[in-house]
Amino acid sequence: MKVQNYIKLEFPSLSANEAFARTAAAAFAAQLDPTLDELGDIKTAVSEAVTNSIVHAYPDCIGKISMKMRIIDGNILEISVKDWGKGIEDIEQAMTPLFTTGGEDRSGMGFSIMDSFTDKLRVRSNPGKGTTVIMQRGLRSRRRGI
Amino acid sequence: MEISSAFSSGRLTVYLKGELDHHASRLLIHDLDELLDEYLPRDCALNLSALSFMDSSGIAVIIRLSRRMKALGGRVWIENPAKQPYRVIDASGIDRIVPVAISR
Repeated sequence: MKVQNYIKLEFPSLSANEAFARTAAAAFAAQLDPTLDELGDIKTAVSEAVTNSIVHAYPDCIGKISMKMRIIDGNILEISVKDWGKGIEDIEQAMTPLFTTGGEDRSGMGFSIMDSFTDKLRVRSNPGKGTTVIMQRGLRSRRRGI
Repeated sequence: MEISSAFSSGRLTVYLKGELDHHASRLLIHDLDELLDEYLPRDCALNLSALSFMDSSGIAVIIRLSRRMKALGGRVWIENPAKQPYRVIDASGIDRIVPVAISR
């Protein structure tokens, strides 16, 4: 595995940072010359992961979220979103479509959307210590100038 | 995100513009509740043609709107979703509960 480029971002769990995080992800992904659909998918997956940390990891406080992105093996974008919040007791249950511990403003579709919009999704969590979501998405490299 | 609306002959059309995420959804839920309370519409169309981004927070808004329209005995549908919102609607399967109408 060869890492060509990477970034690390850290921000507080304020909902205003959801738009910042997905826009930053799209800006980093732009160097792979993705299609508009691919960019939309990346923004969506990042928005879901970051929103989960904001809503579920730190329900009653503002905590730290770290987002790392790297380009591996030429055209694979790997994004990890890490928090040091509440953690998930039962990951399988959390990933079940429509399951949510949130209120009426949550759909329970976050992990399903992350799963359908990326190629690989891994979730690691320790209750009381935090959660890390790692997503990989391969981008078709487009040929230019033809 | 910007919200605007039009009401005529029992039909409320709500137009969303910009990006609908968790941050924007809390305000939108409040605004939609106010619109429904004011007009008590028979039909409600949620027009997403100018919505450039939506995540699963939008799905929660649509489910809630559908529940409220059901309580009013009315119908609700999604009108002309832009490409990215449509991909999220499709992936979520919400179109099995709230129909999507496309007229371009």
